[in-house]
Amino acid sequence: MIRQILEISFITGLLGATLRMATPIIYATLGEIIIERAGVLNLGIEGTMLMGAMTGFLVTITSGSLWLGILMAALVGMLLSLLMAFLAVYLGLSQHVSGLGITLFATGLAMFIYRLYFGSPTVPPTIKPFKPIAIPLLSKIPVIGPSFFNQYTLTYISWLLIPIIAILLYKTNMGLKIRTVGENPFAADTVGVNVNRTRTLSLITGGALMGIGGAFLTIANGNMFLSDVVGGRGWVSIAMVIFGNWDPLKGAAGALLFGFLDGLQLRLQGLGFKIPFHVFLLIPYLLTIIALISVSRKAAYPSALLKPYRREEKGG
Amino acid sequence: MMKIRIIKRPPLPGWAKVVIPIIAIVVTLMLAAIPILIAKGNLWKSYYYLFYGALGTRFNILETFVKSSPLIFTGLAVAFAFRAKFWNIGAEGQLLAGAIAATWIGISMPGVPSYILLPLILVGGFIAGGAWAAVPAILKTKLKADDVVTTLLLNYVMIHTMGALLFGPLQQPGSSWPRSPEIVAAAKYPILFARSRFHLGIPLSLAAVLIFWFINKKTILGYQTKAVGVNIRAARFGGINTTAVILETALLSGGLAGLAGVGEVCGIQYHLLMDISPGYGYSGIVIAMLGNLHPVGVFFSALFFSIIIVGAQTMSRITGVPTYIADVIQGMALIIMLIAILFTEYKVRMVKK
Repeated sequence: MIRQILEISFITGLLGATLRMATPIIYATLGEIIIERAGVLNLGIEGTMLMGAMTGFLVTITSGSLWLGILMAALVGMLLSLLMAFLAVYLGLSQHVSGLGITLFATGLAMFIYRLYFGSPTVPPTIKPFKPIAIPLLSKIPVIGPSFFNQYTLTYISWLLIPIIAILLYKTNMGLKIRTVGENPFAADTVGVNVNRTRTLSLITGGALMGIGGAFLTIANGNMFLSDVVGGRGWVSIAMVIFGNWDPLKGAAGALLFGFLDGLQLRLQGLGFKIPFHVFLLIPYLLTIIALISVSRKAAYPSALLKPYRREEKGG
Repeated sequence: MMKIRIIKRPPLPGWAKVVIPIIAIVVTLMLAAIPILIAKGNLWKSYYYLFYGALGTRFNILETFVKSSPLIFTGLAVAFAFRAKFWNIGAEGQLLAGAIAATWIGISMPGVPSYILLPLILVGGFIAGGAWAAVPAILKTKLKADDVVTTLLLNYVMIHTMGALLFGPLQQPGSSWPRSPEIVAAAKYPILFARSRFHLGIPLSLAAVLIFWFINKKTILGYQTKAVGVNIRAARFGGINTTAVILETALLSGGLAGLAGVGEVCGIQYHLLMDISPGYGYSGIVIAMLGNLHPVGVFFSALFFSIIIVGAQTMSRITGVPTYIADVIQGMALIIMLIAILFTEYKVRMVKK
């Protein structure tokens, strides 16, 4: 009897943790999908998320408003993406190196600003984070209720964003523009689509989502900023974009997979195995690599990914 | 409306390759004034102590060289991989692999004399780093797995592997900290200048610069990596076994990064610690780019960044500007260098639409 209750509570807890841990990856993966569909690989993702995490935390602690924190995190994400657009879209520099440059710059900047405001205290300052919102009635369903319908508002929003972005990409004129620019910019240009502007808009939209994903880690599922708070989740998201074959629905499924692995390792740590906890920590990364390998052979990259668009260099 | 037009220009003369990075550095240092002013640091005092901290005294100069050694190794590692367009962003993990191997050998062979133990450690560290880089290379060539993503994720796998080892078999007995026992005296790099930390790893990194240069200029592998980097299809068509070249590139690249880790264990810390590397692997990317993927360029840009990193400590102590200014400068330098390289190949014109 007791064992059964324990098992059900374990499953409920695991499901809840899965959805929580998946949230930042859903935001970042959706953001990266929009950007890559337009033909740009944004390796600035990791740094953008860290800046979002730091900004969300800093704004919340100074203003007392969590939502202002989210808003500013999104704004900072957009600004960093604008820099990416300048380098990789307008100047046509290597997307690989521009993105890494932005990640290094944003990582340094996030740590610099944090130290500037808080010095190096022995105990990191904390804020009062978002509280989970229980949805009436639905949260009363056994197992599913407490895990699915007692989440942060940001998590609910991330679920709504999945179909919204799918519709944006597949059913709207803007989505058609984005996909054409990412597949065949020359054709897009011929029919009067402004290639660089479309790419920039995609970058800015995606950057906002990455910023929010980062802030989720410091002001929703967490209440402090640490240098490793993002801890490779940006890179995991890039893997999930490939895993999800550049589709919002499948990409989100990949994010849930990582959330599950992350939640599982947290729960397993709690069971008191006599193994160093770092063994559990590496599991999600290892399995993300395996997930990536499993789809790599048939991954259909957007044709114009990594290629800057210069009208005079047709076919190049 | 103004519009940016980018037009190819005839190749610049050779001296431009030297002048452009210098211009990039000067522009970066000028732009660094913005974060310094935001941190309410006195500008001239800040710059003064940045350079005084790195070059002001005998000890500081030697310390700058000490810092440059791991940066030269990771810079060379990244440069060699990027030349073949093998996107090895995993130098950090490969460095840790080398550090773990060095520690393991360094604590488990008491009584073995230095002239046997040190070569053993160097080879072990090189192989460990190389093997860790070979994993993404094999995944890339055999399974088409994206090398950027795999090398990056493998960094985290290696960090946590090291954590598991430091809380497990490599933990110092009786300690609850993630820290290995001290390596034996014979495993420590000799100190070459009295009253300093100037160790054997520094001349080793200089030798690596020369070897890298030699491989690039005088060997078939050097030619092949370049061919693969310029156009992999043409290289394959021309009869180069591109799979083998990428694998050999990865082994060499990872091996060099591994040697950076060996140096930190055997030359500086004498223990393995969780923060054995403050991101040398990632700095290697900036250094490789700033050095134009050329070994001599890597040497000078590594030296520049060790000046910034070492100097930032003194500057921070005196002016209160956080040491992370060094990281901000690194990021800015990479972005500015990229733009500078663009100017060597293209003209940028503003045209009225």
